[in-house]
Amino acid sequence: MTIRTIAELLNAKVLCLEDKLDFDVKSAFGSDMMSDVLAFVKEQSALITGLVNPQVIRTAVMMDMSCVIFVRGKQPSEEMISLAEESGIVLLASKERMYPACGKLYQNGLSGGSIATE
Amino acid sequence: MNEPIKFHFNVDGTNFISAGEASVNVKKLLRQVGIAPDIIKRVSIAMYEGEINMVIHANGGTADVYVYPEKITIILEDVGPGIPDIDKAMQEGFSTAQDNVRSLGFGAGMGLPNMKKYTDMMKIESEVGKGTKVTMEVNLQ
Repeated sequence: MTIRTIAELLNAKVLCLEDKLDFDVKSAFGSDMMSDVLAFVKEQSALITGLVNPQVIRTAVMMDMSCVIFVRGKQPSEEMISLAEESGIVLLASKERMYPACGKLYQNGLSGGSIATE
Repeated sequence: MNEPIKFHFNVDGTNFISAGEASVNVKKLLRQVGIAPDIIKRVSIAMYEGEINMVIHANGGTADVYVYPEKITIILEDVGPGIPDIDKAMQEGFSTAQDNVRSLGFGAGMGLPNMKKYTDMMKIESEVGKGTKVTMEVNLQ
């Protein structure tokens, strides 16, 4: 699923890197707990979260993700947006809550992918 | 030729906002010296977890990364409270982090086990009241 489709499905605002909207995302992970993102994410290239702090972007950088979707109307700071921009991560902001946001993406074919295990 | 490439960082423990900056920089620097992407990912995730730990538990510290031809060594040192029971701290889900840390998205008790998972060797030396030194290695071959 392209990031553009994700933005359309979630009626999300694109906060940076509009030129990367055609990038194909294979799977996604939804969490407000960055510890769990670091522990369970394997190849998911999109993160859906309602947490807003610079560690969200840094965590996405660590996991080589290409897109972070903020739900529940959360708005990242300018500092977070520029960090994402220089790291090549597209930021989307949606008013959807976590559950319906994940549901819409899953229903339209974006899977959870495989999970990192021991 | 046997001299490793060294990177040194001071990790500021007073400001959570900057936590993780050193690891993001290491990721960039390792890319510049031509390390393979899967190795970079393992090194940077392990260091990031450790860096966050230093900020939330130990008021910061130092991070040193050494790139040898055969391995990358990460040494994280702090003068924080120390870890009373390392075996317990290594259990998944065990955490002494405060609720304010959880509200920042960390403190799930996954940090240390995750650091071990992503590295080929991890050693923790800790003395209560004195500090903690974590040494991790990721093999390049």
